[in-house]
Amino acid sequence: MKNFEKEELKKISYNCRKATFLIEKKQIARITLQEEAELKIHVAGCSICATFMKQSILLNKMIHNLFNRNHAELKLDTKFKKKLQQQIEDHVNDD
Amino acid sequence: MQQEHDKTTIRGNEKLDPHLWVSKYADYLYSYAILRIEDVDLARDLVQETFLAALERSAKFEGRSSEKTWLTSILKNKIIDVYRQKSSAFAKDTDIIKAEQEQNDFFDHENGHWNHEHRPKEFGIEQADALENKEFQQILRACMKKLPKLWLAVFTMKHMDDESTAYICSELRVSSSNFWVIIHRAKVNLRSCLQKNWLQN
Repeated sequence: MKNFEKEELKKISYNCRKATFLIEKKQIARITLQEEAELKIHVAGCSICATFMKQSILLNKMIHNLFNRNHAELKLDTKFKKKLQQQIEDHVNDD
Repeated sequence: MQQEHDKTTIRGNEKLDPHLWVSKYADYLYSYAILRIEDVDLARDLVQETFLAALERSAKFEGRSSEKTWLTSILKNKIIDVYRQKSSAFAKDTDIIKAEQEQNDFFDHENGHWNHEHRPKEFGIEQADALENKEFQQILRACMKKLPKLWLAVFTMKHMDDESTAYICSELRVSSSNFWVIIHRAKVNLRSCLQKNWLQN
């Protein structure tokens, strides 16, 4: 039994695919206590997944900021805006 | 009759002024659309459709939200329609198959460990700097554009718009287990693309 547990633990601590899945899930929802423990063990021993986790958190922040920070820079061209304005005027005058 | 009465009492003070829509909101709506669908022509069309739809239903505007919020919600629904059209939940799209194949090499099939060439490496930029770095943001957006449409939809609705998981699953017709698979795969893919293009520079 002990051996089995050790094997299982080894499997978990080496499985980066599962660890990265849990890293993503944890940032959005609750993960179980067991998953929490598995992840902790894994990341403590795997510097690659620790890097992944750090970058994943950064990316989420960036994506969240992307819209609010950038929206002032993206502009429609004047010609298209004129066309839109005309369409609206026509529509309002029809009513 | 009672209901009619209630409706008028909760009517807000916000008013619509379509003459000012283009100058006040066109760029905003355009940006909103383009970050979520990454398609210039489609984003322009959606802004146009949003204004026209808004004019059609201006009588239904109850003035309880601002004009801007109201227009944004119309656009938002149009974007979700686009997501749905572009990604059928029943047949697997070729872009998804391609992205999945790409990712097959990321982890060892036996033990799930990172394969050497795909291991995450440090970006060599501090978090605070990355958040402000224009070039980094541009690469991020280019990488988002490469994601399969359904993945991008799930990903932006969650991480850009903070929508609830249940709402995203029902709007895009994906199962909850598929949702988590997509969230995971999209991030692994995006991070890898960013590493490839950022470290190359």
